[in-house]
Amino acid sequence: MILDVDIRHQQGAFALHARFQSDGKLTALFGPSGSGKTTIVNAVSGLVQPDHARIAVQGRVLVDTKKSIDVPKHRRRIGYVFQEGRLFPHLSVRHNLLFGRWFTQRNERKAGFDHVVELLGIGHLLDRRPSTLSGGEKQRVAIGRALLADPQLLLMDEPLASLDDARKSEIYPYIERLRDQGGVPIVLVSHSVAEIARLATSVVVLSEGRVVASGPAAEVLRHTNFFEQGGLTEAGALIEARVLRHDERYELTELQARAGTLSVPRLPHPVGTSLRVRLRARDIILSLRAPEGLSALNVLPGFISSIDEAGRASVDVQLDCGGDPVVARVTRRSVEELGLKSGLAVHAIIKSIAFDPEALGVAGQKNIRNLRP
Amino acid sequence: MEGLSPEEWTAVRLSLKVAFVAMAASLIPGIAIAFLLERGRFWGRQALDVLVHLPLVLPPVVVGWFLLIGFGRRGPIGAFLAEQFGIVFSFRWTGAALACAIMGFPLLVRAIRLSIASVDRKLEDAAGTLGAHPAWVFGVVTLPLILPGIIAGMVLSFAKAMGEFGATITFVSSIPGETQTIPSAIYAYTQVPGGEGGAMRLTLVSIVISIGALWLSEWLARRARRRVHA
Repeated sequence: MILDVDIRHQQGAFALHARFQSDGKLTALFGPSGSGKTTIVNAVSGLVQPDHARIAVQGRVLVDTKKSIDVPKHRRRIGYVFQEGRLFPHLSVRHNLLFGRWFTQRNERKAGFDHVVELLGIGHLLDRRPSTLSGGEKQRVAIGRALLADPQLLLMDEPLASLDDARKSEIYPYIERLRDQGGVPIVLVSHSVAEIARLATSVVVLSEGRVVASGPAAEVLRHTNFFEQGGLTEAGALIEARVLRHDERYELTELQARAGTLSVPRLPHPVGTSLRVRLRARDIILSLRAPEGLSALNVLPGFISSIDEAGRASVDVQLDCGGDPVVARVTRRSVEELGLKSGLAVHAIIKSIAFDPEALGVAGQKNIRNLRP
Repeated sequence: MEGLSPEEWTAVRLSLKVAFVAMAASLIPGIAIAFLLERGRFWGRQALDVLVHLPLVLPPVVVGWFLLIGFGRRGPIGAFLAEQFGIVFSFRWTGAALACAIMGFPLLVRAIRLSIASVDRKLEDAAGTLGAHPAWVFGVVTLPLILPGIIAGMVLSFAKAMGEFGATITFVSSIPGETQTIPSAIYAYTQVPGGEGGAMRLTLVSIVISIGALWLSEWLARRARRRVHA
């Protein structure tokens, strides 16, 4: 088990009682602000002493209040990428990166300096001062600095929260590469569903200090009820697709999923790239017959696997489209009028422009397999 | 105007020595006390704060008097140090340095304490997660970040020592060649007829040293700040 957490902690009026395990290469801690995400990562890193806790990382017990175990933070080997970077202002980028090295035994140094610098694309920044870097560059250096301390786990506390969308999409690919080639498991704190859909392999959903769901990302994201604080509209299915061809004339890209082909606005990825695509439940229309004369380009045939309650007026219809899970948010009235029930054959209709571009990420092969429980 | 007489040179050299030793000796205790006062949570912190600041508000003569009864040959601390370690303060230049160090101490501590308060403790946390033991965090993160404050404190302490008069003359008197610093030499000149020339010469020297120290500290602090912020 990569991460095994059981924390009970009281902080003023806020009570955290969280218990979860994760084996994901990138575990997302998801929840609205004040749900206890940061307190959990602070407890894992040793910046907060929880009242009662047992925390183990890669089988190594870091905290066990029952046995009076509390490994000091400098011996935990937990990398931490903070929201604000926290680069040392008096050191150059190179010395910031090498900081953790000074405190690691020579034989424990695994992360190669050149490799990390190349992975994060920060080679041209090495002799600069942190104050001269852009927000995105600072965060990349902060990630590199944490990696070069050879951590057993990398914590990222909303590392992109202070960046605008353009800077975010500049960093996402680096986090994807890190997840797929970095070799260090990652815990990412986030309150953005799109970010999680793009990056996470496992998700832990927190609400008011409690874990309300945890499991593989595709599984958790499909169940919408957990995302009430984030707005009920955020539910959606996560499926794997491959770039089939680009249609230059209409500026479209065709993707091949197990459910069928999907047309989306032109993507930059080369043909053959594996992608994770998020289909938001609210963007999907159900039809009993194959539609004709519709402007929507994407029609996926499938069967209803279950119908979940979602709200007063709406339900989430879970579909199995050729093995890919798809979820549609429809009204209770539609369910009755169409006679929707488990096992019924239906067609899921999705507008091409409905794809959430921020949630579209490159998927390493291993991660795709991990997504399937 | 003619140059300095040998006696005047002696006073200048002595003043520089006393001020330098006072500054150097109070530096490490000053950093330690500044940390205790800024970061420490212990019983009696308020009392320590008041004690450190007393020399700033008490008449210097009173501080000198306390030193005389505490560190004099028959004073409890003075007698102990003389017997155990052979360290004598009364009527020695070391006593002048002690008086100057104590008078400058609140200024030193205040300057360092302000810079400690401005250190972003999150940087220290970050250093900890990177594997740095708290002692290393202090050495390679905190200390470089408060360096401008330390330099400012050192200059204030030095300048105060160069100008200290009341506590010094009360504690160790004004013995030429041993405890007669520039201020007490100037005072002595004003007490004798025809001493105006000597008083003026030493005053000029005192001004030059003060301005030089100020300029040096500005230059050092600017360099340190550039390292920290730029």
